[in-house]
Amino acid sequence: MADPLLALDGVHTHLGRYHILQGVDLRVPEGQVTMLLGRNGVGKSTTLRTIMGLWRASQGQVRFDGLAITARPTPDIARLGIAYVPEDMGIFGNLSVRENMVLAARSGELDDGRLRWVFGLFPALQQFWLKTSGTLSGGQKQMLAIARAIIEPRRLIVVDEPSKGLAPAIVDHLAEAFRELKTARTTLLVVEQNLGLAKAIGDTVAVMADGRVIHTGSMADLAADERLQTRLLGLSLESHT
Amino acid sequence: MNERRRILLRRLSDSAGYWIVPAVMLAGLALMPGTPWVTLTVAGVAMGVIVFMAAAGMSLVFGLMDVLNFAHGAFITFGAFVAASVFAALGAWARADALPLNLAVVAAALVAASIVAGAVGWFCERVIIRPVYRAHLKQILVTIGALIVAEQIVPVIWGGVPVAVPRPETLKGAFLLGDVAIEKYRVLCIAVGLVIYAAMYAALARTRIGMVIRAGVANREMVQAMGYRIDALFVGLFVAGSALAGFGGVMWAAYNELITASIGNQMMILVFIVIIIGGLGSIPGTFTGALLVGLTTNYVGYLLPKLALGSTLLLMVLVLLWKPRGLFPASGG
Amino acid sequence: MLDWLLSGERVRSRVLALLLLAVLAGLILAPFVFTGTRSLAVAARIAVFIVLAASYDLLLGYTGIVSFAHAVFFGMGAYGVAIALKNIGPGWAAVFIGGAAGIGCAVVVSFLVGLLSLRVRDIFFAMITLAVASFFLILASQLNTLTGGEDGLTFRVPEWLSPAFRLAEGRVLGVALDGKLITYYLILAAALALFWVLMRVVNSPFGRVLQAIRENDFRAEALGYRVVVYRSIASCISAGTAAASGILMALWLRYTGPDAVLSFDIMIDVLLMLVIGGMGTMYGAVLGAVVLVMAQSYLQDVMRMASEATAAVPLLSAALHPDRWLLWLGAGFVLSVYLFPNGIVGTLRRGRP
Repeated sequence: MADPLLALDGVHTHLGRYHILQGVDLRVPEGQVTMLLGRNGVGKSTTLRTIMGLWRASQGQVRFDGLAITARPTPDIARLGIAYVPEDMGIFGNLSVRENMVLAARSGELDDGRLRWVFGLFPALQQFWLKTSGTLSGGQKQMLAIARAIIEPRRLIVVDEPSKGLAPAIVDHLAEAFRELKTARTTLLVVEQNLGLAKAIGDTVAVMADGRVIHTGSMADLAADERLQTRLLGLSLESHT
Repeated sequence: MNERRRILLRRLSDSAGYWIVPAVMLAGLALMPGTPWVTLTVAGVAMGVIVFMAAAGMSLVFGLMDVLNFAHGAFITFGAFVAASVFAALGAWARADALPLNLAVVAAALVAASIVAGAVGWFCERVIIRPVYRAHLKQILVTIGALIVAEQIVPVIWGGVPVAVPRPETLKGAFLLGDVAIEKYRVLCIAVGLVIYAAMYAALARTRIGMVIRAGVANREMVQAMGYRIDALFVGLFVAGSALAGFGGVMWAAYNELITASIGNQMMILVFIVIIIGGLGSIPGTFTGALLVGLTTNYVGYLLPKLALGSTLLLMVLVLLWKPRGLFPASGG
Repeated sequence: MLDWLLSGERVRSRVLALLLLAVLAGLILAPFVFTGTRSLAVAARIAVFIVLAASYDLLLGYTGIVSFAHAVFFGMGAYGVAIALKNIGPGWAAVFIGGAAGIGCAVVVSFLVGLLSLRVRDIFFAMITLAVASFFLILASQLNTLTGGEDGLTFRVPEWLSPAFRLAEGRVLGVALDGKLITYYLILAAALALFWVLMRVVNSPFGRVLQAIRENDFRAEALGYRVVVYRSIASCISAGTAAASGILMALWLRYTGPDAVLSFDIMIDVLLMLVIGGMGTMYGAVLGAVVLVMAQSYLQDVMRMASEATAAVPLLSAALHPDRWLLWLGAGFVLSVYLFPNGIVGTLRRGRP
């Protein structure tokens, strides 16, 4: 098996006195969609933030493409070709939709073809192009957040709950977008509560509990094993299609 | 129709930052028709733009990097005293009855002050603030200490007595438009202030760095997660802010014509009020807040002299009750 | 017995215990051991500022609230007594009425300012208290019929406290038993009592909740403590005690004015005391007050000599001029924040800075 694009080994993260990540081991294979699942509060978002360097790991190592990125500053990590969509979307509410997108295009220019593709997925963004993004609805902000991550090719996209607040039709567009990204060899690490979406796009799955990864495997295997689903997640993937 | 009305009121409230200054001016006109209004409004705007220059740097630094620098007043003070020295050194030009020479003196003072204030700012950021970057309480304490030290250094260099800063010859006196006297120096202040505001506004709105700064004020983490090294930007911003405060000090020195070592600190109260009212990290907000403070101080000073000094405090309380995050809150929505 | 006296605030360091005892002994025996009116004035000032600094420690050190309006409450106590004594006449009734009014005002104002803290972040709160403090400073100089404006108020104190009063003829250990002596011991006794009250507060269950709030207010709220209520109460107790110390200051000086009791210098002094002494320790307030008041009183003499000695080097001489004593204290203050973040008490307790 090829080396994973992103690897976490024994990562611990403390927040003040709280020991949130208690030895996370994670492998994100290149060119695939890895779903990070688990109940609320197990440390999924914390894992993503630790990867991005927003929170410093107190122990363990994070490696991207073989490079140790554990103690690096966040901008440097991002510049390695990683895009991040946080749970709160991170929209710059005082800037217009256009400005948000321009900032996301690190090269400085928005690629026309790519932008057309994004508008195809999320037409609302074209409609509100010059509007102050703070006035958008929650779902529209989520679209913008994801659009920012995909407006330029990246090696890895880290997403925290992309489908939150999106109408089912848009979620379908989202799934389509992720599939298209996969064909372009983009790797995705996605935290998701919508198990239907997880099943639809996930190749690999890692399940967390109590600050650790307790199960890894293929999505197909997990989808086929209802007992395993209930044990790990407390619910079945089937009932959430 | 209640829904319509509510939406209208909401729109009105959200856009308050845009119409509040004209509204206050009109209110002033209603209360003081004629001559006094013109003089007071000019004075208010002149004072306002000076406070803007003093406050703008702090608003951005605090809004973007969450750094509260109580020693900011020192930049203003040094600016004022450097102006005094420059005016004295170029005394011949200042006393000459020629506008170009007089303006050159002011320009020289502005340049010198921005260099000195900028240098002090650089020292401040490197030595005093950097070690205590994320610790708010310590930041407050060390910058207060630095402020005390700075305020004591001024008398060591310039002597312990108030220093006179006479206005250059052609900037003394006033224009007479019929009944109304408009001080020439105040017009210059307004001109300088407007140019600076326009330049800052354009820089923030049109340049990429400006966009990064505005985004950073809304969400610093996200800007970093998008690959922008905000921390590196910070030093430059800090120095620019202190240089700008030095500008404010220069203009304020000749506005008052007599300066003491505590001139910067006295202005800091107004600076705090302005950035609170205006909304942290927002240049339009700081400008609007500063104009409000300037106008209020002058209008109330004329109408209810006893209330004058407390009026800015009252203004702050009223604005905060209405808009707790300021007239132009950073996240915009 | 010792535990009750100290309310459980253990000293935890031999050196610290010795220092505190020395301070206590010094204050009690001051009139007899240190001659000259100046030393007694210094001792009285130390006693008053111990209480003021301790009351600020309750707010800053134990509850974690940064406020710049503390000198205002000090001033309210002082002005309350001053105005009462001036207008009602030099009697104990005036002292109680004025004192109660001053403390009452302080509590009410601190409560109102505390209400504001619901809407704003702590940094903003600090800035707002700054604005409030300057407002009261302006108020004091504006209402000059009541407050005597910039010049302040001089007034007569109750008979037993006035310098001309004699408790008995003759001297004890070389010291006359006059009103000044009585005033001094009254202030010392009151200061010790107030300090003891503050110690009780910070070592009570209430005090422990305050510390929990200072550590992590979200968590405290989650555990069921109404953070706002606790903060308000702490703020009111702090303000009231500050006002009480203001009463003492007014009685000693027989004078009240913006410079003496309201100015920002007082606020900075108190802040310096806590940083140098050590925040959140109560004992830090004691040591800090001693260090700062002594420096204020005696450092200037040292500097005068140094300034004259270096007269040949103008810049250095100007920097050492006694009027610039705050320059060196400020520099020392900044250094101590970096190098001795826990102050004298913290350093002594840990055995290292």
